[in-house]
Amino acid sequence: MTGARSFVVDDREKGIFLLDREALVSDEVLRGEMRNIFAKCWIYVGHGSELKKNGDFHTRKVAGRPVIFARDGKGQVRCHLNTCRHRGALVCTERKGNTRRFNCVYHGWIYNNDGSMARVPGDEAYTAAFDKTTFGLKAPAKFESYRDFWFMNLDPDAVSLVDYLGAATEYIDLVVDQSPSNNMEVISGTQEYDVNANWKLMVENSVDDYHLPSTHSTWLNFMANSGVKMEPSKDPALVLPTHGLAIDLGNGHFTTDNVNFRGRPVAAWIPIYGEDAKPEMAAIREELVQRVGPERAKRICDTNRNLVIFPNLVINDGSSVTIRTFYPDGANKMQVTAWALGPVEESESARARRLDAFLTFYGPGGFATPDDVEALELVQQGLANYTDDRWSEMSRGMGREGEQLNSDEHHLRTFWRHWDKMMTGAQA
Amino acid sequence: MNAGMSAGIANVPVTRAEVEDFFFHEAALLDEWRLKEWEALLADDATYFIPPNDDLEGGHRGTLYIISDDRERIRQRIIRVMDPNCHAEFPRSRTCRLISNVRITGVEGDIVHAAANFVCYRYRRYQREFVYVGSYQYALRKTAEGFRIKERRVLLAAHELGQLGSVSFIL
Repeated sequence: MTGARSFVVDDREKGIFLLDREALVSDEVLRGEMRNIFAKCWIYVGHGSELKKNGDFHTRKVAGRPVIFARDGKGQVRCHLNTCRHRGALVCTERKGNTRRFNCVYHGWIYNNDGSMARVPGDEAYTAAFDKTTFGLKAPAKFESYRDFWFMNLDPDAVSLVDYLGAATEYIDLVVDQSPSNNMEVISGTQEYDVNANWKLMVENSVDDYHLPSTHSTWLNFMANSGVKMEPSKDPALVLPTHGLAIDLGNGHFTTDNVNFRGRPVAAWIPIYGEDAKPEMAAIREELVQRVGPERAKRICDTNRNLVIFPNLVINDGSSVTIRTFYPDGANKMQVTAWALGPVEESESARARRLDAFLTFYGPGGFATPDDVEALELVQQGLANYTDDRWSEMSRGMGREGEQLNSDEHHLRTFWRHWDKMMTGAQA
Repeated sequence: MNAGMSAGIANVPVTRAEVEDFFFHEAALLDEWRLKEWEALLADDATYFIPPNDDLEGGHRGTLYIISDDRERIRQRIIRVMDPNCHAEFPRSRTCRLISNVRITGVEGDIVHAAANFVCYRYRRYQREFVYVGSYQYALRKTAEGFRIKERRVLLAAHELGQLGSVSFIL
């Protein structure tokens, strides 16, 4: 550990929490994050449903590393570092496909889809010390899944994925339970967009419900125009129409857990879905009640949950289900990737409704996400003043006993406390 | 009007110049933020699609698009982007779109299928330049009042949105 200095002021006695804005602009901090966070934590790679058949693969960048996410000839899900063992070239340049082999175009080294070495052209030119069987594609130190969500870890000493996820598994389960067969799938169509802002601002934004009325007033208007009731709560403590919680899940993970007011494909009808959708949505809910019982069905259908798996995976179970991950490309920029997730057995009409609901809010053409992007970019532009306006204020709700509200900043402090521990090398 | 009814009537006469003039007019309305006038060019059953960069062929009911608007959603989109609280477009982007390679790709009754290439430059203060490149695919209904847009499909050439960021305006 590097023993970097702390970037937070966490005064629980006075109820003040401040963040040093240098954490959001510094290249040196970013280098520290590469060592202390992205090389130590479990980082989301992909979902098993993206690899339907043996031999299927996707190439992508995970924590800045080009990898091949693949299902080998025997059906085993793999993660290969996309780099030739000979001189380092990418061995796969296609975005996705199905193959038995990965061929390096440079000198023709060939790998099987399980990563093992298949062929070195002219291998008689090597001495006996060259053992080509040791030249399979490298893999991250660890590669494990929870309910078909696959993660890699570059640290051989890391705890298991399940131990790392800890209490967050409950919130992943609430997503997976939406499928009658417990099989969710990533839907075709990837949203990839850059945001000129520090990656940690997206962590905050993904769960910050304080910003909804101001950043997303046009979305609230759209919902109201579409017949979705948006009455302000009578409780003056609440910023949103309904009660919502912010929950610390340990290990830097956290979630919001809100009473739904915005409609859910599984299965809370709103007028945007149309009258025709009512019977099918009632049937979806009834199936859930039969399968998991009325209490859990109500929990799944009538709450929204924006979950952050530390450091850079967000599962938004709101207007639709999104998987969102993002990675720094410099201190002032991130690359965001988002997918939609749905039950494999969903009908054509339910799938269309899910995708339409997704686009009412999320994505680069959605009615809300572009304004989030704008807000984060405005923050980053303003942070150029950080040497003369040093501290971000994050104390909201600090004096509150017991339950923490989604529109306060308890969950954001949870993130920053954990981040600060990992960066300073303090015992987490 | 559906395809079955279209099949029953003779194909309308149409020239590339007519389609080109329409595209140039539409581009001017969009670049000048005259969105109410633009909306008047839409048919009652108009749709506006931007498929995802990595699955241009997928249908909008089974593929996650960037934009998949029916007529009512387009109306709501105009309300949103004209609102000063649409932060991604306040102050409004300045855009300049160049349209070229206009082709009529088919005629079915009163429906004219046409395509064009475009470059759309978008500028915001203090921000990077955004350059959207791709092709437009239209289904235009030819009426006595001129063309009405039945379907407007934007295919982006880039492998991913990447530097282009949001599509918070009418592309």
